[in-house]
Amino acid sequence: MSQFTEGEVPLSTTAERQAVTAQTGATPGRDWVIVTRGIKREYDMGGEIVRALRGVDIAIRRNEYVAIMGPSGSGKSTLMNLIGCLDTPSAGEYWLNGTLVSSMKDDELARIRNKEIGFVFQTFNLLPRATALHNVELPLVYAGMSAKQRRETAAEALDRVQLTSRMHHKPNELSGGQRQRVAIARALVNKPSILLADEPTGNLDSQTSQEIMKVFESLADQGQTVIMVTHEQDIAAHARRVVALHDGQVSSDTRRERFLEEHASAIVAKGGVVG
Amino acid sequence: MLFIEAIRLALNTIRAQKLKSFFTLLGVCIGVMFLIAVVSIVEGMGRYMEKDLIGKLIGVNSFELRHRPNINMGDMDPSVWEEYRRRPRLYHDDVRPVVDALPAGTRWAVVSDNTLPISSRYSGGPRNAQISAVEGDYFAIRRFVIVEGREFTPQELEMGTPVVIIGQDVVKRLFPGLSAVGRELRMGGLPYTVVGVLESQGSAIGISFDNQVFAPWQSPVHRLLNRVPQIIDAVIVQVPTASQMTEAQERVRQVMRTRHKLRPAQPDNFSVQTAESALEFWNKIKRYLVLAGIALPAIGLVVGAIVIMNIMLVAVAERTREIGIRKALGARRADILTQFLIEAATLSTVGAALGVALGIGLAKLISAVSPLPATVAPWSVAVGVALGAGVGIISGVYPASRASMLDPIAALRQE
Ligand SMILES: Nc1ncnc2c1ncn2[C@@H]1O[C@H](COP(=O)(O)OP(=O)(O)O)[C@@H](O)[C@H]1O
Ligand SMILES: [Mg+2]
Repeated sequence: MSQFTEGEVPLSTTAERQAVTAQTGATPGRDWVIVTRGIKREYDMGGEIVRALRGVDIAIRRNEYVAIMGPSGSGKSTLMNLIGCLDTPSAGEYWLNGTLVSSMKDDELARIRNKEIGFVFQTFNLLPRATALHNVELPLVYAGMSAKQRRETAAEALDRVQLTSRMHHKPNELSGGQRQRVAIARALVNKPSILLADEPTGNLDSQTSQEIMKVFESLADQGQTVIMVTHEQDIAAHARRVVALHDGQVSSDTRRERFLEEHASAIVAKGGVVG
Repeated sequence: MLFIEAIRLALNTIRAQKLKSFFTLLGVCIGVMFLIAVVSIVEGMGRYMEKDLIGKLIGVNSFELRHRPNINMGDMDPSVWEEYRRRPRLYHDDVRPVVDALPAGTRWAVVSDNTLPISSRYSGGPRNAQISAVEGDYFAIRRFVIVEGREFTPQELEMGTPVVIIGQDVVKRLFPGLSAVGRELRMGGLPYTVVGVLESQGSAIGISFDNQVFAPWQSPVHRLLNRVPQIIDAVIVQVPTASQMTEAQERVRQVMRTRHKLRPAQPDNFSVQTAESALEFWNKIKRYLVLAGIALPAIGLVVGAIVIMNIMLVAVAERTREIGIRKALGARRADILTQFLIEAATLSTVGAALGVALGIGLAKLISAVSPLPATVAPWSVAVGVALGAGVGIISGVYPASRASMLDPIAALRQE
């Protein structure tokens, strides 16, 4: 895989990171939503150490729309879980909004997830017995909002994904695309600083995938920071920046134009960029 | 906030899985049901014993001088029995000195009783009845009301005229369909004329108080009631006010100690029995009943706790993904812990509430179909519900803490 070429703006090279940390002392500046330094994640599988991440440096600015790409087993989900504060690294540091979160305790991480992170999963992960509205209310429950305010806020969030009419439906009464839109509404209801999506279109047909990509695009246009994991090049091509992972390391980090140029033939072969 | 949310969630779960929830609740439900029922019966019997039965056996503000207590159930040491057996009996000669020692305004009565066969011309073979030979103010102390005829006259009492006052059962058996007053019945081969009929006394624990015949103590029947004709069973004393009880009892004791020539170091060889002393035996029985009333529900509750714990463990396993989702969305350990604890507590409180309802029903049923009286004690309802909630919380601790410790990533990955 190629390194950055001239003209590109390398965002997570060592030099960049050092520049960032040098400017602001120990903590990266406010513009940088995510800064990781030498993040490693190892799993001990009964004596055999699996190195899922082997030292990842990434810096992501506010309002960026980033795709994390790579083949299966390259460590995308592991990185996603770390960025989403569901997990802590075996080594290295991670700053979220200028706060060092890599050494935080369980309950602090729960608070960060509640306030700063909005998750969208491949399998939607909605509570099957709860209505769309109640699913969207969940993050607000843990934020300690009153029942009435919660209902209003959740209803607004559903309105933004055009699901007002399906508010009282349970997940099994909704289509895949609708379910994913409920999940997006839920992810955004607490106004998180980042929207994290792990293979958000993995369980959807291409038509519905397009729909969801449009939602992401418009969110990014409105200034929402979006980080999306995918192994599909045509999905990654929607992002404005693509970070490629290979074997637990960043192998490339490119702007969209550059990415399209490099992968044009592959994307064309698959029928063009979705959307 | 989260608290109400968790209760709502738990109620939803119960509603969604009615049958499963019912079986989960069964143990707690049965435990609490027994608690309420047993306590109600103990309470009802206690109230009955204290207010009705003892009051009927021993009048208000009164005590009985006997050679040994006549109300004495429960377990008793054989040596105590042995001592009772050796006690001298009371004799009619004791009555005068005892009565003379009593304060003014005190009522007294003498009574000897036994079960004897009685018969009449108007019915078949002889039947057993409770025969009492009485003297003094017996009917006044016992508050017996004569509904037909009259009381004994002082002359009849003094002369020992063969007249009787009888209870409702005796009327029914010996004089079926007839007016008893003025007719004759036979006891010990002698005829007695009925002069009065008593108001019904009702029954307690299946025993009727109406199968009774009263005659003047001096009448010939007293010879048949005890081994030695001059033996009496009791002197009953009723003082005008409760404050005089101790004083009167003490005077009677001193008279009897002198008559029995007891030295100061020797204990009384007679008994002065009050309603309270008669209650002692009941309190003894009550202790066993209460113990049973605790043991039985305790078994139910322990079984209930184990069932709830297992069901909750299954629920945690089944809902691992839900727990993962909740954690990803910001639930802290305490939130998950609370959720499952409240769910367990709600589940078992609902069971306890059902148990309370069933227990009250059972108590009512028992008192309806059996002579056992039952009174539902409010405290037992409160204890029942509190126990239910407690059992839920205790049995929920382990499953809930397991749920709260789940790793969110592993939980999310579960199918
Ligand atoms: N919980 C785990 N225990 C052990 N190995 C794991 C665990 N999670 C991931 N891995 C391993 O780490 C590597 C990266 O996995 P993952 O991040 O899921 O990759 P991707 O999402 O890119 O497919 C894989 O080799 C995977 O087997
Ligand atoms: Mg993955």
